[in-house]
Amino acid sequence: MATSTTAPDADRREPRAGSPTRGPARRPRGPRRSLLPYLLLAPAIVLELAIHVIPMVVGVWMSLLELTQFHIRDWSTAPFIGLENYRATLDLNSAAGKELLHSFWITLAYSLLSVGFAWLLGISAAVVLQRPFRGRAILRALFLTPYALPVYAAVITWSFLLQRDTGLVNHVLVDQLGLMNERPFWLIGDNSFWSLLVVSVWRNWPFAFLCLMAGLQNVPGELYEAAAIDGAGFWRRLRSVTLPMLRPVNLVLLLVLFLWTFNDFNTPFVLFGGSAPEQADLISIHIYRSSFKTWDFGSGSAMSVALLLFLLVVSAAYLLITNRRRDDHA
Amino acid sequence: MRETAGERWGRRIVLTLLTLFVVIPLYVMVTSAAKPLQDVQNGFTWWPSRPTLQPFIDMWSTVPLARYLVNSLVVSSIAAVCSVAVAIFAAFAVSRYRFRGRGVFSVTVLSTQMFPGILFLLPLFLIYVNLGNATGIELYASRTGLVITYLTFSLPFSIWMLVGYFDSIPRGLDEAAQVDGAGPLRTLFQVILPAAVPGVVAVTVYAFMTAWGEVLFASVMTDEGSRTLAVGLQGYSTQFNVYWNQIMAASLVVSIPVVVGFLALQRYFVAGLTAGAVK
Repeated sequence: MATSTTAPDADRREPRAGSPTRGPARRPRGPRRSLLPYLLLAPAIVLELAIHVIPMVVGVWMSLLELTQFHIRDWSTAPFIGLENYRATLDLNSAAGKELLHSFWITLAYSLLSVGFAWLLGISAAVVLQRPFRGRAILRALFLTPYALPVYAAVITWSFLLQRDTGLVNHVLVDQLGLMNERPFWLIGDNSFWSLLVVSVWRNWPFAFLCLMAGLQNVPGELYEAAAIDGAGFWRRLRSVTLPMLRPVNLVLLLVLFLWTFNDFNTPFVLFGGSAPEQADLISIHIYRSSFKTWDFGSGSAMSVALLLFLLVVSAAYLLITNRRRDDHA
Repeated sequence: MRETAGERWGRRIVLTLLTLFVVIPLYVMVTSAAKPLQDVQNGFTWWPSRPTLQPFIDMWSTVPLARYLVNSLVVSSIAAVCSVAVAIFAAFAVSRYRFRGRGVFSVTVLSTQMFPGILFLLPLFLIYVNLGNATGIELYASRTGLVITYLTFSLPFSIWMLVGYFDSIPRGLDEAAQVDGAGPLRTLFQVILPAAVPGVVAVTVYAFMTAWGEVLFASVMTDEGSRTLAVGLQGYSTQFNVYWNQIMAASLVVSIPVVVGFLALQRYFVAGLTAGAVK
């Protein structure tokens, strides 16, 4: 935005500094000048093309091939089969389709719950750390630590906590508090979903905290003063000042967190050691396992493309709805 | 504005609960790293029966941790430096020039960040393998391949944050330098970069952390020789024993550099996020 205001300045300056005889009506940008931004961007564009855009196009192409283990070594021999991979994997009456749908619902529940809790913890911490007090800097650093840890170090530690016989969780619940008679398994069976959720919230909430903290720094203190003079209590100030002022941050934050958790591979992969129980079979793990177990990259690609399309539709709908609401307010 | 008693107690309760939630796993990581093996094989103990630093010695021989560490260090450092170098030029262009495709570039780059990694994994795996077969350029199972892959992972966010930083540097400085006859690159290196050092350092740490913590591509694109910590750390569980004390010791050692770096620079991340969010 700021660039748009400086461009005319630059135009005005150039004739004066460079060639004073020319009239101001002549556009000062020569061809060399206008090429420069593209040259500066070239390395970034080449890398993005090579690692993101081209593989994506290739991925779409692969999803149309019968790219099974017989053709992996030399994929030019793989026959073109059109939408057959999509029909096979997305056919909800087949076993593969049912498993994919199951994985989809698990992933959806996981993302929504994880984002919700991460946001809730993040906003709580950001609000209670808003005003200065002794020890605030230490707490802020401590709260950011789970996010700063390498994901595998964090998740491996959790998998130790959740071990049935040697973990802290069962030690506290069963041995010390006596809440249960049996030592439950946390990493297999129905509990595995909740374990995964807790680990993911533990790791992601500091990111929400960081963003909301940054957002709160833009809220002018006078707004709170004014609200307090009007007799607004804590909840009233939260609802009428804090949350509306955080709206732009929240819009981006919730979408980003949702996409991250929906695509999450690391947490289940490290927590369950690559063999996620079906109750925690997130979609990325599902695609990874079915691709590398059977070496059928064609159907793996089809599932990936379907996942991408779903996320694009969700993101577009989200942005449309939130933008329209902003227009209504304006 | 005074804080009421209710608010004060509310704050204390919230902070206590959050602190417990965050600290307990960290506490277990640290104390278990100092436990002898029998402590982690039987029931859980809050404190080592006999505190020892032995796990920190044994962890190097149970798995080839030193090799994983070197691989991770080499890959992450090179990826971080290259990513930031590329991001600096791109951010300079986006921040200081208006050109056709500026909006498209920004949106496209940021949106690749949002795509599922699994979507690139299969094609990239096949491209690397087939490229190696066809031309002899070894990208699969090599550190070079990992560097190239990882540097693009941190690129979008690095560009975005640096654009925010560069935008906050007054254009008057550029113009003064241009009046003195400096070209665009001299303006970038002598005026803008010196003023954006905290941002550049923060972005470097971010890029390093991204590569240091990546699991999905590391698990597919590496072999025993190029394996990084992300995959190598899972080698401590053998069929007979899980050396939890050594795993915790190793996790601690590989976490400390990135945690210290991140926490030392956190306020620059906040500044970068704020600068980006305002736009």
